Amino acid sequence: MSYVKEKATITLTVNGETHELEVGPGPSQVAPWHTLAQTLRETLGLTGTKIGCDHGGCGSCTVLVDGKAILSCITLSVECDGKSVTTIEGLGSPPGRAPDPIQQAFIDHTAFQCGFCTPGIIMASKALLEKTPSPHESEVKDALSGHFCRCISHYHVVRAVMAAAKKGS
Amino acid sequence: MATKYRFIGKATPRKDALEIVQGKAQFIDDVKRPGMLCGKVLRSPYPHAGILKIDTTKAEALPGVRAVLTYKNVPDWKGGVPRHVKVLDNKVRFVGDGVALVAADTEEQANKALEQIEVVYEELPAVYDVEEAIQPDAPQLYEEFPRNLVPTNVKVFGPKTLSNVVMGDVDKGFKEADFIGEGTYAYENVANPLPLEPPGVIAEWQGPDQLTVWSATQSASWHRFIMVSKMGFPDIRAISTHCGGSFGSKNYSAQPLFYAAALSKVTGKPVKVMYTKEEQFGAFVLRLGSRFRGKVGIKKDGTVTAVSGEWFVDTGAFSDMAQAQVAVGCGEAQLMLRCANWDLQTKLVLTNRSASGVVRGFGGQELESAFHPILSIAMEQANLDPVEFFKKNYVKPGDGYYWREGNWWVCRGKDYSKAVVEGAKAFKWKDKWKGWLVPTAVDGSKRVGVGVGVHGNADVGEDDSEAYVRLNPDGTAVIHACVSESGMGQRSSLCKMAAEVLQIPLERVDMTPPDTLINPFDFGLVGSRGTYAVGSAVIAAAEDARRKILEVASSVLHAPPEELETTDGKVYVKTKPDSPVPWSRITGIMQTCTGFGRFTPDYSVPNFLILFVQVEVDIETGKVVLQHVVAATDAGQVIDPPSLEGQIYGSFGSAGTDTAIFEESVTDRKNGHLLNMNMIDYKWRTFSDLPEFRNVILETGIPSHRFKAVGVGEIATSPGPSAVLMAASNAVGKRLCEYPLTPEKILKALGKIKGA
Ligand code: FES
Ligand code: FES
Repeated sequence: MSYVKEKATITLTVNGETHELEVGPGPSQVAPWHTLAQTLRETLGLTGTKIGCDHGGCGSCTVLVDGKAILSCITLSVECDGKSVTTIEGLGSPPGRAPDPIQQAFIDHTAFQCGFCTPGIIMASKALLEKTPSPHESEVKDALSGHFCRCISHYHVVRAVMAAAKKGS
Repeated sequence: MATKYRFIGKATPRKDALEIVQGKAQFIDDVKRPGMLCGKVLRSPYPHAGILKIDTTKAEALPGVRAVLTYKNVPDWKGGVPRHVKVLDNKVRFVGDGVALVAADTEEQANKALEQIEVVYEELPAVYDVEEAIQPDAPQLYEEFPRNLVPTNVKVFGPKTLSNVVMGDVDKGFKEADFIGEGTYAYENVANPLPLEPPGVIAEWQGPDQLTVWSATQSASWHRFIMVSKMGFPDIRAISTHCGGSFGSKNYSAQPLFYAAALSKVTGKPVKVMYTKEEQFGAFVLRLGSRFRGKVGIKKDGTVTAVSGEWFVDTGAFSDMAQAQVAVGCGEAQLMLRCANWDLQTKLVLTNRSASGVVRGFGGQELESAFHPILSIAMEQANLDPVEFFKKNYVKPGDGYYWREGNWWVCRGKDYSKAVVEGAKAFKWKDKWKGWLVPTAVDGSKRVGVGVGVHGNADVGEDDSEAYVRLNPDGTAVIHACVSESGMGQRSSLCKMAAEVLQIPLERVDMTPPDTLINPFDFGLVGSRGTYAVGSAVIAAAEDARRKILEVASSVLHAPPEELETTDGKVYVKTKPDSPVPWSRITGIMQTCTGFGRFTPDYSVPNFLILFVQVEVDIETGKVVLQHVVAATDAGQVIDPPSLEGQIYGSFGSAGTDTAIFEESVTDRKNGHLLNMNMIDYKWRTFSDLPEFRNVILETGIPSHRFKAVGVGEIATSPGPSAVLMAASNAVGKRLCEYPLTPEKILKALGKIKGA
């Protein structure tokens, strides 16, 4: 059999809260093959992150890792050891209560229809505005070009992001 | 001019907006039941095969596995119309067809078990083409359907259900025609409506005859009243979560529901069957395939004298809703073309590909998209401006048509000519239209062309809706109606309508969740019926509740009800508005006041949408770019401007306009496999490729709705595909008739590359 190993853990800081998670195949553990999307949704119960395709093609699972927008369905949780993750639940102040200005802009412009793509689109918009506070419309479109919205909320989304940028500047 | 309302017509935040933007809205995969198992499906690698042997012993022995089901031990439920679709069969009919089911504690265990099921297949020849499938020697999918023809004379909409359009005398009609368009054209790219959220169902039995199902649906009640008839037991309680898009496809999820319910029955535990994206692509719902062989006769002035032909409808491996779509398609053709002489016959055909189901456009889009090239040929011969042609030929008040249930209806809606004119103005059609097969502009290899399509549906008043509105003593109101939220914002709009009737702030109106146990019957959000049908039921319930509270108030305020008014949860005598009495003093704090409303079908008020498109075609590369779109309609009265706009923007999503440019499900006919079952290979429009899109929405009220409104959501996709064909043809100066217009097809049509 095998030598006794140190218990492997990873540390994820999610929305400011630090979680020490055991690595392993058990129900409350993080298996080496678990995606970040899976860990967020199944292990940590943060179901605001949506899985539209689970193969990196739709953008709905977008979260921020150390401030950068990434696809959590093609990112392994173990790769995020020691990193800081922000999900849709972490936006606003206080988080999850009063909406962030970008969330408010989506409310004001009804920038969604079914809303399934919305958390991913908001996270990507957040990352854009952090880096580029006054983007040109084409920059907004480029930043969101990996996001599939089948209802076609695109026009309202672009208006909302531009309005949020204007308010923020 | 439109009446001024307190809420109606104003943009207000969606009632569920905060939940949605904060990620708190619950979709089906966010729901967990205690002890819930994961259900998975083993799927066929062959398009057509018999199962000679199936051995599940290894799979059953794996840790965590609670049940493995095959055709030998699944419940005897049957779907399809007529009933022909078993939960699992000893035969598979498309790549992806269900072979076995597993329930296990975790998804990983369930997937491992699938790998351990041993199946021996006997491969059978497969057929993919509608006209090949109906040959006597073609491979046959079901014994009960010789030549793969599914009966269309079934009573989905009652004894006279429409399965053809026959009236007048077509021979005489064609004799009167100055021009005849003729040919065989197809809209067979069976695109995927592809809502972002994949379908899923949780099933849980409370007793041998009592089943509860959770799912993300567009129409919560379908899982009760449609599935009860397929499963043959007393009751299903159907609950809908937020629905991450549907576009028809998730009105109901018969297969996932069968699977989850069967696994839950044998394990005694709740089971969730959540499809992967690949399963959504390859084993859920596709558009119907549509081929039309026939002709149309028109006079010099654009009068249509006759339509005849045969409509081949390819439903894939089984038919569950196809007859209903054939019926609606036949109805909608008559709305588009006022014509006295028809002989339009239909054939519903099975082929070895994943089945077609409900998709936005519901038969009409499929028929029109295949029929349009023929119509264009006739218009081109007559040198008619298509905008003028559509304006003249769209159904007008006083015109009649057979609707889906086979009855003759006389239109008492409106004349949409004004919407056509205003739309054309906004698009600058007159400047851009240069005649048939003539580009609007040429710039090197880039050719610009314009096209137009129309669509309308009399289903805005389809089927029944019921609602209660309960007034609480604290001045709030609750609507009890079985209405889901799949993106239309209809739950919010219904609250607006009730708030307007009751004159209470919108924040004070709430709605019960979509759950068949706690709500009266509602048919659901289909056919653009939300505003007219569901809306009328909710309005009637609110009016009834208002009437009742004024009656009770009459004895408190010592005045007849007609002299009373209620605003903001208080009642007053109209002449003494400054001494209002709160509802709590009228009913007492321990009573509520409930009104009831019902809507019954009314197919006399068709809606309408005209779509103008401008495309640019590069004749060197064959690339088609959608540049500019104008959609024009008349909604009577807008209820919520952003929601209506969103529905119309949806024109190029959900297997709509883009099915003429790049959307298609590509099947390898050598082995029946779909080649583009993922979000990379299945093409979709990105934020960077948005066309300029303008909506022109008129508000000419119709009297039969309290707020004079008529819904237009569903139809936004339907005029698009044929409009794009027309525009691209004009751009390159050559008739293009194949969907979608991939660069390869364009270059082939231009003779720049050789055909395969
Ligand atoms: S779910 Fe991650 S990209 Fe689609
Ligand atoms: S709002 Fe439905 S997918 Fe974007």
